Amino acid sequence: MDVTMIFSMQNELSLIAVLVIVLLADLILKRPNHKALQNLTCVLMLIHIALNVVPQTVDLFGGMYHSTPMASAVKTILSVGTLLVFMQSGQWLGREDTQHKAGEFYVLTLSTLLGMFFMVSAGSFVMFYVGLELASIPMACLVAFDKYRHHSAEAGAKFILNSMFSSAIMLYGLSFVYGTCGTTYFADLPQLLTGTPLQIMAMVFFFAGLGFKLSLVPFHMWTPDTYQGAPTPVSGYLSVISKGAAAFALMSILLKVFGNMVDNWSLLLSVVIVITITVANLFAILQENLKRFMAYSSISQAGYIMLAVLAGSEQGMSSLVYYIVVYIVANLAVFGVIGAVEQQTGGKVDRDTYNGLYRTNPKLTFVMTLALFSLAGIPPFAGFFSKFFVFASAFHSGYWIVVFLALINTIISLYYYLLIVKAMYITPSDAPVPTFRTPRMMRASLFLCLLGIVLLGICSGVFDWLTDLSVR
Amino acid sequence: MNILSFFVLIPLLMLLGLWLAKSLNQVKGVMVTGASLLLLLAVYLTVDYISLRNAGETAEMLFTQSVEWYAPLHICYSVGVDGISVVMLLLSAIIVFTGTFASWKLQPLTKEYFLWFTLLSTGVFGFFISTDLFTMFMFYEVALIPMYLLIGVWGSGRKEYAAMKLTLMLMGGSAFLLIGILGIFYGAGGETMNLLEIAKLHIPSSMQYIFFPLVFLGFGVLGALFPFHTWSPDGHASAPTAVSMLHAGVLMKLGGYGCFRVAMYLMPEGTAVWGDFFLVLTTISVVYGAFSAIVQTDLKYINAYSSVSHCGLVLFALLMMTRVSATGAILQMLSHGLMTALFFALIGMIYGRTHTRDIRQMSGLMKIMPFLSVGYVIAGLANLGLPGLSGFIAEMTVFVGSFQNADLFHRVCTIIATTSIVITAVYILRVVGKILYGTCKNPEHLKLTDATWDERLAVICLIVAVAGLGLAPYWVSNVISGSVEPIISQLIR
Repeated sequence: MDVTMIFSMQNELSLIAVLVIVLLADLILKRPNHKALQNLTCVLMLIHIALNVVPQTVDLFGGMYHSTPMASAVKTILSVGTLLVFMQSGQWLGREDTQHKAGEFYVLTLSTLLGMFFMVSAGSFVMFYVGLELASIPMACLVAFDKYRHHSAEAGAKFILNSMFSSAIMLYGLSFVYGTCGTTYFADLPQLLTGTPLQIMAMVFFFAGLGFKLSLVPFHMWTPDTYQGAPTPVSGYLSVISKGAAAFALMSILLKVFGNMVDNWSLLLSVVIVITITVANLFAILQENLKRFMAYSSISQAGYIMLAVLAGSEQGMSSLVYYIVVYIVANLAVFGVIGAVEQQTGGKVDRDTYNGLYRTNPKLTFVMTLALFSLAGIPPFAGFFSKFFVFASAFHSGYWIVVFLALINTIISLYYYLLIVKAMYITPSDAPVPTFRTPRMMRASLFLCLLGIVLLGICSGVFDWLTDLSVR
Repeated sequence: MNILSFFVLIPLLMLLGLWLAKSLNQVKGVMVTGASLLLLLAVYLTVDYISLRNAGETAEMLFTQSVEWYAPLHICYSVGVDGISVVMLLLSAIIVFTGTFASWKLQPLTKEYFLWFTLLSTGVFGFFISTDLFTMFMFYEVALIPMYLLIGVWGSGRKEYAAMKLTLMLMGGSAFLLIGILGIFYGAGGETMNLLEIAKLHIPSSMQYIFFPLVFLGFGVLGALFPFHTWSPDGHASAPTAVSMLHAGVLMKLGGYGCFRVAMYLMPEGTAVWGDFFLVLTTISVVYGAFSAIVQTDLKYINAYSSVSHCGLVLFALLMMTRVSATGAILQMLSHGLMTALFFALIGMIYGRTHTRDIRQMSGLMKIMPFLSVGYVIAGLANLGLPGLSGFIAEMTVFVGSFQNADLFHRVCTIIATTSIVITAVYILRVVGKILYGTCKNPEHLKLTDATWDERLAVICLIVAVAGLGLAPYWVSNVISGSVEPIISQLIR
């Protein structure tokens, strides 16, 4: 093997370069350096995205690292999402108590992103596990970032314990795989995994482990507390980026590695999907705290994403990634608005805070409304298209009853999304949030999200590109 | 560029114009210009369509165009119209035009109101021109969601409850619809989303049996099919005037149109199996709606239940599956759209003056506001089917056509449904007698004034349309019956 071969994993290498530069810059720049760091990181991320926009196939280290064009595209998409999160976190990091550790935030976030990169392009369970852990442990630090706030510390503890617990379960399952097949390489496993009882157990444990990361019901208990306690940009990051990466990894492994056991996992997945969507929707109705609310909303969205996994086809793959793209822009728009209002009002995230917001902050309300409509799947916004494609792919593979139940659930989800719309437009308020202006970066990020919400659906380009990649 | 695309393009440009508008006058200017252009376009399209047909054009749809959109799923932006969609477009254009004037003095947030109103009409126009299942469904949903804010923000009474109920029930219907559309698409081989092409293919019978009721129910909810009609009285009663007009006048027609064009046309075997079941439900709608209207005391509730009854008649006539009854159904959609819009416009104008819609608190309005009262009488007479106005033509065609279905069960249903004509007369005459005639007992009401110019314009437009349809129905029914033919022949094959 030629040493220069390593340069073909340019996606990871350029991310590492970004990480190192940010780390060094944090050491060199005179404090308070949070503004300069934000600008620097965003520019570097832009360069990183621009360098990796063309998807490639890479096979390295004897199959340990295997990146398909689709995985490569997913990495770019996740980078874009991370950039949006960075753009939204300026105001929060500018606060007195977080100012001095802005650099840590960027470095930790980038290292979780690096973990996800390895996770989606793993060619072996060992690599996959390393990536997963790299994505999880810094995440716990991020969740507990506001450590002087009680909730944040509690959330961090909950996150790390759950994370370790699920990793242990997954590792146990993976040990069965190794025990019955004698290898951990994805290339060799499909022929050896034939659905013996022990292998079914392995699959279930693996699924449960990733189920924690994806916060599928019944593995979702940590999600509301964590989302509520974590700083808002981190909740946003957690809800879209790490969920997106885990969903993609789950799909490619179930398809590629457990492909012969499709009958086993499709039944399991059908049941989990229906329970996830229903339970999450019913709980979401009761939430008054918007961050908890978004946690339940994101659990139900994970259920919809799993429909594409259930489809188990190339159509499902492109629908899944498309869903992730659309979900990133819509969800980050919501978290952006929540974050902006939270910073403005000194930490208020209750739904009552939003009463009468339209009268004072029409633009912010407009972004929020469109984002919520997109999440609820209302045309002509992108969410409608992504939901339709996911439903179509699952229907195509014959799971029409699951699709039907998921569709019934969209009505419940529409109800709770409309509750927020109602608060903003209809419910009168004596003391609405006063008119305010968000920082420039935040506005730019919300504008990009808005652009995505409106254009991703109407222009078919992204979906066509993903379909093209999924068959390559 | 295809002439039909302008029906979507103009509202989109209106949205842009409203977005940029700075003052109230600019907002109104954009609305009037856009609505007038749409009306002119619809008239032009109708004339063009008729002359093309007279010139011997026999294709099922005219002005067709198809642009590929999402190639992997065979989704196209494809448009085309036949006689049914032409008259529906004309109806929508008239109602949007008059609705603009009916909301001339609306406060507050006028700009936002018109933004959502225009988005709603984009959906309506888009729906009627589409021949692609996906595009059609998309426009359908675009037309539904603005209702929530239109009722919730600008409505009256129990507006939040009504808005939520309406939105959720209609979206529930569209959930049924979505699964049904996927069923049709994959049942027909997953190669095309185009209605006309799917109609030529055969969907397996077993799939038709499952997906026909889903699609029919999905559209039926919007067509106020019993027992899913309960959103309609609450929604219409709480909505602002122009929204009630547009909703009862046009949106409820989306239901009937969809049932006919998608459910029945594409799944004839499903229709054969499920037709009788739904026929019973629609018969209940027709009679139950009329009876409910008798006992209401709120003007808007009376008209909303009357709409349930009349829209029930649309679905009823469609399910009778004869050429005449189907033509009657489309005529009924047109006629009901016009007269119910007239009704809601007048109710809104009366309510704007008296600040009550309770018929027990009004009397002798004829002397105080003669213009509005005469309009109300005309709308009432049209509603109960006086010859010379649109209601007579439509109901006559419906019942004659229905009776042509010689099956005993269908005949019994027809006879039961016919009783609604009498009941309609009861509730219409009761209201007219109570609020318009006699002496005015409320001294406050004596100070009220008659209609202003914008209100007169809206009312006169609608009366002309109602009377025009009643006096010269032949050209409309001619346009419709030619286009009903391919669908009915599919059904009775």
